[in-house]
Amino acid sequence: MSRTFLMLIRRDLLLAHRQGGGSLLAIAFFVLVVSLFPLGVGPAPEMLERIAAGTIWVAALLSVLLSLDRMFQADLEDGSLDQLALLPIPLALVVLAKTIAHWLTTGLPLTLTAPLLGLLMQLSPDAYGALVAGMLLGTPILSLIGAIGAALTVGVRRGGVLLTLIVTPLYIPILIFGVSAVEAAAQGFAISAHMLFLSALLSGTIVIAPIAAAWSLKLALD
Amino acid sequence: MQGQVSTAAAVLEGRDLAALRGERLIFANLDFTVSAGELLKLVGRNGAGKSTLMRMIAGLVTPFAGQISWHGSPVRDDPDGFCADMIYAGHQDGLKTALSAAENLDLFARLRGIRSQPADQALAAFGIADLADLPVRYMSAGQRRRVSLARLLVAPASLWLLDEPLTALDTSAIEQLGSVVDAHRDGGGMVIAATHADLPGSPGKVLEIVPPDPFEDDAEPSA
Amino acid sequence: MHRFANPTRFLRLAAAVLPFSAAVAALCLGAGLVWGLFFAPPDYQQGDTVRIMFIHVPSAMMAMGVYAGMAISSAIALIWRHAIADLIAKASAPIGATFTFICLLTGSLWGKPMWGTWWVWDARLTSMLIMLFIYLGYMALWQAFDDQTKAARAAAILALVGAINLPVIKFSVEWWNTLHQPASLITMEGPKIHESLLWPLLLMIVGFGAYYLTVLIFRVRAEIHQRRTRMLRMAQADRHNAMQAAD
Repeated sequence: MSRTFLMLIRRDLLLAHRQGGGSLLAIAFFVLVVSLFPLGVGPAPEMLERIAAGTIWVAALLSVLLSLDRMFQADLEDGSLDQLALLPIPLALVVLAKTIAHWLTTGLPLTLTAPLLGLLMQLSPDAYGALVAGMLLGTPILSLIGAIGAALTVGVRRGGVLLTLIVTPLYIPILIFGVSAVEAAAQGFAISAHMLFLSALLSGTIVIAPIAAAWSLKLALD
Repeated sequence: MQGQVSTAAAVLEGRDLAALRGERLIFANLDFTVSAGELLKLVGRNGAGKSTLMRMIAGLVTPFAGQISWHGSPVRDDPDGFCADMIYAGHQDGLKTALSAAENLDLFARLRGIRSQPADQALAAFGIADLADLPVRYMSAGQRRRVSLARLLVAPASLWLLDEPLTALDTSAIEQLGSVVDAHRDGGGMVIAATHADLPGSPGKVLEIVPPDPFEDDAEPSA
Repeated sequence: MHRFANPTRFLRLAAAVLPFSAAVAALCLGAGLVWGLFFAPPDYQQGDTVRIMFIHVPSAMMAMGVYAGMAISSAIALIWRHAIADLIAKASAPIGATFTFICLLTGSLWGKPMWGTWWVWDARLTSMLIMLFIYLGYMALWQAFDDQTKAARAAAILALVGAINLPVIKFSVEWWNTLHQPASLITMEGPKIHESLLWPLLLMIVGFGAYYLTVLIFRVRAEIHQRRTRMLRMAQADRHNAMQAAD
């Protein structure tokens, strides 16, 4: 079972690699959105520093949202979702493997890009650790909740817009904890509470989301 | 794992199956059995529910009523055990176009955990061994179909479900499929196929899917 | 057999409850409004503005209550495949969304004289706004499927996921709010409710509940009739097919 699980992750990584561009596109979008803000609110460093955490997190959230609709859609279209559903392991594990692959190709690259954007946004030097740690814990939750939305809307007409509408409200707690951790760190406060909340959210979501997404996928296959 | 007395030879058995499609009942009270070495052909007019029954047997569609058993116990109780011994070849190819034929087959075998034949041999059985390293993206519909069918040979399974396997195949490929199916049945394997045309090779049982009587539960049909 | 779970029992029950709930709704809402708007004393701090509370508080409660009901009927629908439970969840959503909207609207109206602005990112209002988005997403998901049985199951899963998430969202919004808001603002829950306001408020709450029940019954009935119409049309098409095949 664990071999199949790892093989599934490798499969999605290989496909992402072959088809190419997925991660780069998310990163480009991430950088682009963040760089709109200095253009929008003006380049005053103190202003940028104040909005840095929020801007980077919101942009990361949008980049993940944008990448979600292909999560199951491509596999549904060519019929390989049938084959994945018929593997001799529970569908929830298939979903979990695909979600991990999704995180490795979007959430992780975004997390690694975030410090660079911190530089552009004049982020306080004390806050980089909190930004990266928060994103390391938070972006997997974005992928997991996103998997539910992607599974609910796979094969649905105009599923992409619907997916955004469904998933965005559920992302709000992660945004709040992620941003407030960065702000706390910038002001020299401890961020352990924020990290604990994010960890708790992650451990809850990692159990519930694959099951809910698997139920939803069954509908698309039915 | 011996079958029950009444159905001594039946390995796969469907009882009283019914399917809903968008609130519409497409078939009901359907029974079938398949024993080792048997071929069951599903026939019926377009939209009668051949694909739905196929997906239902595979476990993708939940029966609205009825039950499917495998070696005497309900598939629902151990879906993973059933999946491990069954290969479903749907009307979609289920291939990744970015990968080569051999990569697609290797992936399939490795995901299922057991391999029965190397990809090259499986492709050779369908006459496309020379295309092993070609990405599926560049293949014609008939070539893709052959790659998709070659999956039957790379991982072991006693039950094959073939939904419209002959689509896009030319006569030589149909002959090859016929001999692959015959060899599988000679080894005790079972095949269920939904197809308009005839599969070559030894004939099997036929199950006709008929739509439910639309006048059945109305007092006054509008006739 | 292929007709869905027979809704006759529900229809009979609904017919029995309907006059009762309609009467309770009319009486309580009428009495509560007259009492609250004309006879209850104005608040010493907020003056007559406090009267908005008679609409705002019950609608906030109903916004959450209806969602809870929706989540429970979704769970029932998922576990027991109960067709009426699906319809109750579906029919509840627009009502709940309307209550949420009224709650936001009255909150905003209340905020203008109290805060000097139409909108303040107060924790409760923000939570309600997110709630409205969740209702809208739920309704949009129902709309997205042609196959009603699939729509029902997808929507039920979303309703449950939302129900698990709502407490987390509420908690995080409150956390966020304490970080960003000066604590000196008067909030709606702030001043202790005087006893003279309590009775009309209770009447309004009961009235809102009864109103919900009444509208719910109408909507579920309409859904049942729509489903019957769909069934009859399908049957007509099937018969036509069968007759042609017989010719």
